[in-house]
Amino acid sequence: MSALDSTGAPVQSVQPRRRAGRDAWRMLRRSPTGLAGLVLVGAIVLLCLASASGLLPHDPLAQEAAQRMSPPSAEHWFGTDRFGRDVFARVAAGVANSARIALVAVAFSTIAGTIGGIVAGYLRGAPDAAVSGITNVLFAFPPLLLALTLASVFARTWFTIAVAIAIVYTPIFIRVTRGPVLTLREIDFVRAARATGQSSAAIMARHILPNIASIVIVQVTLSLSWAVLTEASLSFLGLGTPPPAPSLGSMVYEARTLVALAPWTMVFPGLVMVVLVVGLNLLGDGVRDALDPQSRGKR
Amino acid sequence: MTRPVLQISGLTVAFQIGRQTVEAVSQVDLEIAPGQTVALVGESGSGKTTTASTVNRLLPENGRITAGRILIDGRDIAHLPESEMIQLRGAGIGLVPQDPMSNLNPLMRIGQQIGEALEVHGLSHGSETDRKVIELLEMVGIPEPVRRARQYPHEFSGGMRQRALIAMGLACRPRLLIADEPTSALDVTVQRRILDQLGQLTAELGTAVLLITHDLPLAAERADRIVVMHQGRVVEQGPSQDILRRPQHEYTKQLLQAAPSLSSQRRRRSVESTERPTDPQPTDPAPAAATALVEVEGLTKVYPLRLAQPGQPTSFTAVDAVSFTIPAGRTVSLVGESGSGKSTTANMILGLEEISAGAVRFAGLDLASAKPAQLFAMRRRVQPVFQDPFASLDPRRSVAQSIAEPLRVHRVLDSAGRRRRVSELLDDVALPASFADRLPHELSGGQRQRVAIARALALEPDLVVLDEAVSALDVLVQAQILELLADLQSRLSLSYLFISHDLAVVRLVSDLVHVMRQGQIVESGSPDDLFDSPQHPYTQELLAAIPGAGLI
Repeated sequence: MSALDSTGAPVQSVQPRRRAGRDAWRMLRRSPTGLAGLVLVGAIVLLCLASASGLLPHDPLAQEAAQRMSPPSAEHWFGTDRFGRDVFARVAAGVANSARIALVAVAFSTIAGTIGGIVAGYLRGAPDAAVSGITNVLFAFPPLLLALTLASVFARTWFTIAVAIAIVYTPIFIRVTRGPVLTLREIDFVRAARATGQSSAAIMARHILPNIASIVIVQVTLSLSWAVLTEASLSFLGLGTPPPAPSLGSMVYEARTLVALAPWTMVFPGLVMVVLVVGLNLLGDGVRDALDPQSRGKR
Repeated sequence: MTRPVLQISGLTVAFQIGRQTVEAVSQVDLEIAPGQTVALVGESGSGKTTTASTVNRLLPENGRITAGRILIDGRDIAHLPESEMIQLRGAGIGLVPQDPMSNLNPLMRIGQQIGEALEVHGLSHGSETDRKVIELLEMVGIPEPVRRARQYPHEFSGGMRQRALIAMGLACRPRLLIADEPTSALDVTVQRRILDQLGQLTAELGTAVLLITHDLPLAAERADRIVVMHQGRVVEQGPSQDILRRPQHEYTKQLLQAAPSLSSQRRRRSVESTERPTDPQPTDPAPAAATALVEVEGLTKVYPLRLAQPGQPTSFTAVDAVSFTIPAGRTVSLVGESGSGKSTTANMILGLEEISAGAVRFAGLDLASAKPAQLFAMRRRVQPVFQDPFASLDPRRSVAQSIAEPLRVHRVLDSAGRRRRVSELLDDVALPASFADRLPHELSGGQRQRVAIARALALEPDLVVLDEAVSALDVLVQAQILELLADLQSRLSLSYLFISHDLAVVRLVSDLVHVMRQGQIVESGSPDDLFDSPQHPYTQELLAAIPGAGLI
């Protein structure tokens, strides 16, 4: 609570300055949703790392004709598919593929979208009109259609898919950042910086960006989960990760005729996707709570 | 004696914050007789609003009454079931909230919102409600009530909205009306009209009023009794006149002393008296003799209106051919109500707004035709301090980083030198050097404003533009900051452009005052001339509207 402001009297119990970042991290670990999200996402990340570094017992592409469509067992934890490939290894490799695409796509859209949003919101005028115009046009493209177009123009590689998803998500970052920047640019400390003669670029980097960082971070976690789903839908339609590399979406697609005979071929990729998406959403909620200064006060 | 409408005894309210229990209000005793007005006075954080919301039993979730009783007409509200409490709110206890801008639903017609209170309490329905609403609007002094009742809040000015809220508070003819800073957000002339109306109405209806305010002179003028709160406790209470003339408690005395009034003299005569700072003899500033640091000539700002209807004006003139000069080492004030163009003028001088017409010359340099490099150099010599202490510092930068920023931008000193300069500046604004590493949220409003002043002084400017720089502060803190500004002015021979709506403060600090209205300067003069014998009717109206003008 506040005390009388006199010249030197401390307002509250004097404590050394705490880093806001460390504060937020502590809040995140204390919130049950954030912690649950962290555990789920952490488990998937470990799975990806294990697959990428070849630590898993089976090769996701190796076919064993004798083992076709065998149910889950000690040897094949998630069973095998109709070519006798290990479903666990394929799920691990598939989620790693999806995660890589989602990460690259979201990284690109975060950088492009945040810069676009800050520039548009801070400078207003012609830059704002240009950025907002592009945003509105981009919003008009359904992600699947855009990816289809890009995939037919360029070679279908994981990078093309990532770019397609990035283009679709960039306008979201522009929208999310531009609004708060419009408010920030009129706030006294920004006006004081302008009156001091600080350049627009410096104000955007030093005063605007740090003050919208929490919004961007929350948006990143939420966009990651959407990007995973978008990639899965593209793969399901045969537009995603090119075969034979596994992807969660294409695995579900391939398994659709086998649901009655070998349900594990569909259940496990679906389940892992759900775990990842739910985990990312919980993490996003946790991060938002942790970064919200209002909830930080009520410890 | 009749039974009091409201009787609070030994009230203690505590908030649960994390694992801590913080007492916001302790041992408060208070009584209001029917028809009486009692003012609850205190600074922000003194517990006055908490006390009021306890009466309505509208405490935030984490607050609760830990001791004491609240009796309304003899009934203890702490033990009433929620359903009876709902009956009591509105019908038994009316409320006029603080902020007229956020307390009306923007999507509902004014008439509907007032009628809602009547219908909820079953006092009327249908066309009878409409008739009563129009009566109410008429009663609170809204012209053309039939047409006005059909309008939406955005079509009302701030003063009109507050009238509508008063109509709402009084709709069910409550026994008790709680008015929480009902006019703090309004201009003084509007404030006076609203308070006159409120006083007259409650007298007619015999309503008891609990008036919550930070303004002691206003309380003295409007209330029968005053209760002074400080840090959750009642430090003094009694009839208004007694409190005003014979304050007993030290804190009340401080409040009275700090409250700037029109009778107070200029805090410090600037340049001439620096050799004899204790000299009480006011020497005339004679501003014409000093050299002009800033010359403002025919300064005009026109905003185009984008959504102008055909036949309506397509532009709005915020500042209309304003001319004045700021002599070196002096304080020139622009005073006026909201919308008078005073802040826009300041922004143009600061180079934050484009100049539509006219000229600002800073030490001979015309801002409009200056080259970017010249402008950049000029900015070193003009620095701003803004109103809101909570917005004027970047929440993510430490005090030292904020203060050093102008030095960094203008590439003055190396990092060790800047560090030294920061501690010098902290010392100048009377903050301990240990504050350098703190973040703004660890400081109080007054301390933040000191940091903002230190930042403005970092480059040793010639002119500091103080745009309502003390308006958001509690009176005691305001007095300290004004003293600091006067002291800095005499030590560093600064010029101030002081923008304020508060005439009493303006009289305290200025060498020369310009009264602005609707973008134009209507009267100028030395504070003594202007306040003792105002010529323009608008100045006279402004002066008459200051609460407690005739009391002290």
